[in-house]
Amino acid sequence: MNQATALGTNPGAVAYNEEIVKKFVVAATFWGVIGFIAGVFIAFQLAYPVLNLGLEWTTFGRLRPVHTSAVIFAFGGNIMLGTSFYVVQRTCRVPLFGGPMLANIVFWGYQLVIVLAALGYVLGITQGKEYAEPEWYVDIILTIVWVLYLVAFAGTLIIRKESHIYVANWFYLAFILTVAVLHIGNGLAVPVSLTGAKSYTVASGVQDAMTQWWYGHNAVGFFLTAGFLGLMYYFVPKQAERPVYSYRLSIVHFWTLIFLYIWAGPHHLHYTALPDWAQTLGMTFSIMLWMPSWGGMINGIMTLSGAWDKLRTDPVLRFLVAAIAFYGMSTFEGPAMSIKAVNSLSHYTDWTVGHVHSGALGWVAFVSFGALYFLVPRLWNRQRLYSLRMVTWHFWIATLGIVLYITSMWISGIMQGLMWRAYDSLGFLQYSFIESVEAMHPYYVIRGSGGVLFLIGALIMVYNFIKTIKGEIRSEPAYEQAPHAASAS
Amino acid sequence: MANVEKDALTGTETTGHSWDGIQELNTPLPKWWLYTFYACIIWAVGYWVVYPAWPSLSDYTKGVIGYSSRAEHAKEMEAVKASRSEWLGKFEEANVSDIVKDSQLLNYAMAGGRALFNENCAPCHGAGGQGAPGFPVLADDDWLWGGTLESIEQSVRFGIRSGHEEERVNEMPKYGVDGLITKEEMAAVADYVIGGLQGDGAGKTVFAEQCAACHGEDGHGLPEMGGPNLSDGIWLFGAGKDAVLAQLNSPKHGVMPAWQGRLDDVSIKQVSIYVHSLGGGQ
Repeated sequence: MNQATALGTNPGAVAYNEEIVKKFVVAATFWGVIGFIAGVFIAFQLAYPVLNLGLEWTTFGRLRPVHTSAVIFAFGGNIMLGTSFYVVQRTCRVPLFGGPMLANIVFWGYQLVIVLAALGYVLGITQGKEYAEPEWYVDIILTIVWVLYLVAFAGTLIIRKESHIYVANWFYLAFILTVAVLHIGNGLAVPVSLTGAKSYTVASGVQDAMTQWWYGHNAVGFFLTAGFLGLMYYFVPKQAERPVYSYRLSIVHFWTLIFLYIWAGPHHLHYTALPDWAQTLGMTFSIMLWMPSWGGMINGIMTLSGAWDKLRTDPVLRFLVAAIAFYGMSTFEGPAMSIKAVNSLSHYTDWTVGHVHSGALGWVAFVSFGALYFLVPRLWNRQRLYSLRMVTWHFWIATLGIVLYITSMWISGIMQGLMWRAYDSLGFLQYSFIESVEAMHPYYVIRGSGGVLFLIGALIMVYNFIKTIKGEIRSEPAYEQAPHAASAS
Repeated sequence: MANVEKDALTGTETTGHSWDGIQELNTPLPKWWLYTFYACIIWAVGYWVVYPAWPSLSDYTKGVIGYSSRAEHAKEMEAVKASRSEWLGKFEEANVSDIVKDSQLLNYAMAGGRALFNENCAPCHGAGGQGAPGFPVLADDDWLWGGTLESIEQSVRFGIRSGHEEERVNEMPKYGVDGLITKEEMAAVADYVIGGLQGDGAGKTVFAEQCAACHGEDGHGLPEMGGPNLSDGIWLFGAGKDAVLAQLNSPKHGVMPAWQGRLDDVSIKQVSIYVHSLGGGQ
């Protein structure tokens, strides 16, 4: 690559809509920081309850959905929408279907949904469904926005100038379609009145629980897994400048992942009123899901064959590859935790929280950071990022944060599980619930500290972006190419 | 159409397509991946044969070992019951005073009582019975309704202002709100009470007329009526003149549920013995 030219140069001269991607990049970065701050705050609320501040609006119960929605739907969602618009245009060699108008409606509509949802949480307006807390009026707006998003994305695929649809777009499309189905299915509710926020879900009892976890698990499966695999399939080969490892693997793991994931929800309801047969299906499909999930990991990591040396000189690639490693780890841990014997220990404990965060921080956030670092200099037509050394700092500080987070939650979670099931010699419970809460305190402090590190890393990234967009280049030693680096000769 | 090339670094052919400069290699599926995937599927099918798995419209496949989590749970609970039955019998027959005389039974009651207390009582009375404002300390010898084993058992069993037929209940009049005594009288009696019930002023007169019936002539309390001891420096709803005035003006009354029906008979005996042991049992 000619270092003198700006990264955003578009040789094909197709008038891609990059303004909309810029908006999503800024929004994702903004909401990411908000979500991380909220996460750090509620983590310390668990360690030091006085931080609930004695106000209803700032209690853990109301701020927790603010955190989860901000990181999943506001940060992750803006990443997904933005990168999908970037990728679909370039891999189809056409500008976005529907023009800037449609894209802008999707962007602003989506931000409106985020703000309305967050306001509702703080004011106590909630459906009480995890990851689907917004009430009916927000659900309806989101449905409209989402359908428009599908129109823009699928429309672009239809008018494409490439004969084949690139694998990243399969994943993005699966993400968009399935999230629509999940959102509508789980959101079915009857409002008490058209002027009030309250509604009641259509299903009740164990059917409602099953619908909720069909949704909840596949929010993980299609939002945080399939969607971000789409992102990976574009940004990893681009950043590594290597071909994707295996086309066949991409087909097989795509269809197996899509088919198997949708069945796995019942493993969230082991040992409950859910019938045994449904628990069996949830668990066995989760086990069968292991290899299809790992197909994405293999395809991501092995795309680096012949280019491993770049990991020493390219901190952006390091983010992407570390993300894939965390992805591999949490998609192994997930099926393991779905096994009923393991689940009987892990369920309702911090182990689950640690598992989610190894996926959320390690995979989703890291692969997103990689994509953002790739996109910012290109979208704003800069030679390169303001500082690559600062990307390295971000990487190591955030990685340390993740390690503190997930190890403390493993210890705390397994300890909790063991304390809850411990009996004394006469057959009485060894510990009361409150004793297990007291025992978790030090791990909550460690977890919160891990969150602080992760947040610091993100703030370094924001600073780097601001400087990059201003067009500044930090004077710093460059990363030297290794002398034995493989060349394509 | 496809423009197949050979990748120089790996020697693998591409599929011949390129999207925004991205190509794909035509690498075959990794064997270990494929076989592990097959193994997971075979394991799943095997599991379906053994355990309840596939639904029909009105039924489901039961699996060859006839597993049911509900039956499993019932079996485990039976086993627990069986292991305790020997003890339970002894507890059912004996009353609390007899139980504490048998060291083995006492030992068992203390273990069970501790677990029961931590799950059921500690949320209000604190770990170890340390109490909290409005929730009596159970680790001292100040007892609102009496500190003998039998009194404690009765409090636990039927509760305080619980709505149970045999609840313990009393009610302090709203001296201020209902205008039963004047502001001056309230101030005087409050001073008398926080001053250690000493002296001969107006406070003493008001106390004798209004308070002594429940709190005792000397203010040492009357547990049989649930009248708190006002002379021991232990204040359920806060110390100091303001707190006493507030209580005179419009008294707060604590509520404790009746545990009969929530806990079985044996558990009530055990937790009563445990509470009695916490510090001040009489």
